[in-house]
Amino acid sequence: MTARMDARFAALKCADRPALVTFIMGGDPDMATFADILAGLPAAGADIIELGMAFSDPMADGPGVQIAGLRALKAGINLKKLLGAVAEFRRADTETPMVLMGYYNPIYIYGVDAFLADAKAAGVDGLIVVDLPPEEDAELCLPALKAGLNFIRLATPTTDDKRLPKVLSNTSGFVYYVSMTGVTGGELADTDAVGEAVGRIKAHTHVPVCVGFGIKSEQDAATIGRHADGVVVGTAIVNTVAENLTDGRGTDKTIGAVHGLVGALARGVKRART
Amino acid sequence: MSDNLSKSANSMRNGPDENGRFGDFGGRFVAETLMPLILDLERAYDQAKTDPEFIDELEHLNKHYTGRPSPLYFAERLTEHFGGAKIYFKRDELNHTGSHKINNCLGQILLARRMGKTRIIAETGAGQHGVATATVCARFGFPCVVYMGATDIERQAPNVFRMKLLGAEVIPVTAGHGTLKDAMNEALRDWVTNVNDTYYLIGTAAGPHPYPELVRDFQSVIGREVREQIMAAEGRLPDLLMAAVGGGSNAIGLFHPFLDDADVAMVGVEAGGKGLDGDEHCASLTAGAPGVLHGNRTYLLQDADGQIMDGHSISAGLDYPGIGPEHAWLKETGRVQYVPIMDDEALEAFQLLTRIEGIIPALEPAHALAELAKRAPGMGGDQIVVMNLCGRGDKDVFAVGRHLGIEL
Repeated sequence: MTARMDARFAALKCADRPALVTFIMGGDPDMATFADILAGLPAAGADIIELGMAFSDPMADGPGVQIAGLRALKAGINLKKLLGAVAEFRRADTETPMVLMGYYNPIYIYGVDAFLADAKAAGVDGLIVVDLPPEEDAELCLPALKAGLNFIRLATPTTDDKRLPKVLSNTSGFVYYVSMTGVTGGELADTDAVGEAVGRIKAHTHVPVCVGFGIKSEQDAATIGRHADGVVVGTAIVNTVAENLTDGRGTDKTIGAVHGLVGALARGVKRART
Repeated sequence: MSDNLSKSANSMRNGPDENGRFGDFGGRFVAETLMPLILDLERAYDQAKTDPEFIDELEHLNKHYTGRPSPLYFAERLTEHFGGAKIYFKRDELNHTGSHKINNCLGQILLARRMGKTRIIAETGAGQHGVATATVCARFGFPCVVYMGATDIERQAPNVFRMKLLGAEVIPVTAGHGTLKDAMNEALRDWVTNVNDTYYLIGTAAGPHPYPELVRDFQSVIGREVREQIMAAEGRLPDLLMAAVGGGSNAIGLFHPFLDDADVAMVGVEAGGKGLDGDEHCASLTAGAPGVLHGNRTYLLQDADGQIMDGHSISAGLDYPGIGPEHAWLKETGRVQYVPIMDDEALEAFQLLTRIEGIIPALEPAHALAELAKRAPGMGGDQIVVMNLCGRGDKDVFAVGRHLGIEL
């Protein structure tokens, strides 16, 4: 675990509340608006920030995140620029953990060693790479751990007890429990089943368990946050970006709308256990 | 499928390894949700491929439903026309549904039934695999959903109607550029959502392990038959094998049984589109670079940032920016040579075969034929070339008419 991630979850444990993990697409809708959205996320209530690494073929994402990635690619994002934005963010904020999320090919083409070195130097804390299951750990997971970055694994409803130890074996930072089978942006899963699944995972690991997929509102965040160490919100945020563009461009209104939603979600996690 | 050919330690026919790798290529690059499913599939296939009942049923269907073995035809007039090597065509275009795609679909539908799956999904580009999938679903009584790029639906209207007649639901994919790779993304999204009852029937020898292996095995009936047929006709193996490669399933089916025969040369022909200088082509092996997409590491058309590009070809069946991982490995080892053929060359070969042999080929094998036209004249009259005529051209007559400026 990186020190930042450790410290953040330790502080949240003292406060007895779940983490609010917010996903925004790197470079969406343009570099300038993205940088402003990012800079204001901690003040709006985000405890951990996930930055999407846009990819042309996001096979596990629903339409909301797909379109956000296309907006970002059209605006010229690439990994180098994204790492530049992380470094810029770190000049003002040295405490909020930052996790990059996406697919393997752009990293593979950047070069694994170069990417890990540059990500670490920029102030990235962890990676979530959707299309790298434990069977492919030698590709990126093991080198990332060696480079001092967290490798955050997804566990899903299809991950049974037999497979769970394998999925958890090289996981660090937190476990991302995907609350349903399907792509990002679907409907909220049955909350009792989510609670049960989180309990099952926690029996196998001391790493915090965050839950994502389908969480859209303050109420969802409060409900899911009862069971989990963190709630992850992504599609609702990128949809808010999409709904608040002016002639396809980002404005102050876009930034305000995103921070407004994050503020509401933050109120949700704060009352999750009261 | 077992094929009575011995496998030695340094055989080129032993792949993939237990991790699904052919050298550095292949693998299992999928979301965790799908991992248990492809492990189940691997177990089921490992059992099926040695089960005499499974093998017998597939052989029976191949013979009585598809019409195998397909003939190995000596193209006398074309041989005379080129004035070089003896040319044989493996006539897989005579199969039920009009292409080699049915070989794979029959194998996989038996596997799906064996696994207790109740719903079939597939992706299709030109519609040949979609039609073959819809056909076997009708034959075995499965509901069938075919994902097809919206652009391809427009280009391939007759095949779309065929699929619907066969009872399949055809879902247009508008994401990306609305072609084969986008259809594959959408099929994967369906699969990741409907994990319990759904079988994903992939159409080419690509995707996460074990798909490249099992599709190759089901298509290898092509090469096994050619071995027997050419021995009967000529008393020896051919000097050269040729096939078109999009994803590469017909080519690997022809090549694989011959990989250890060092005297048999092999050429795979990619879609050079409008030329390799621009980005309007689909020559992933000739002009692409290794990367990771759709569950495997292989050669891909991509930009400097690792974003996947859309290919172009006159043939919708070659219009995929990747290639099966075993072909990537065969290229790197040098065992198979891969070359591009341009749209206009394929169009010319399409017309040549039609006029000289009275066979209208699909635009995909027309690419292989165009390369054959370059090689055969320089070869000796005692040399033998076998080319896989993997599909018939009925589906392409409208497109060809358009390119020739004829209103149909």
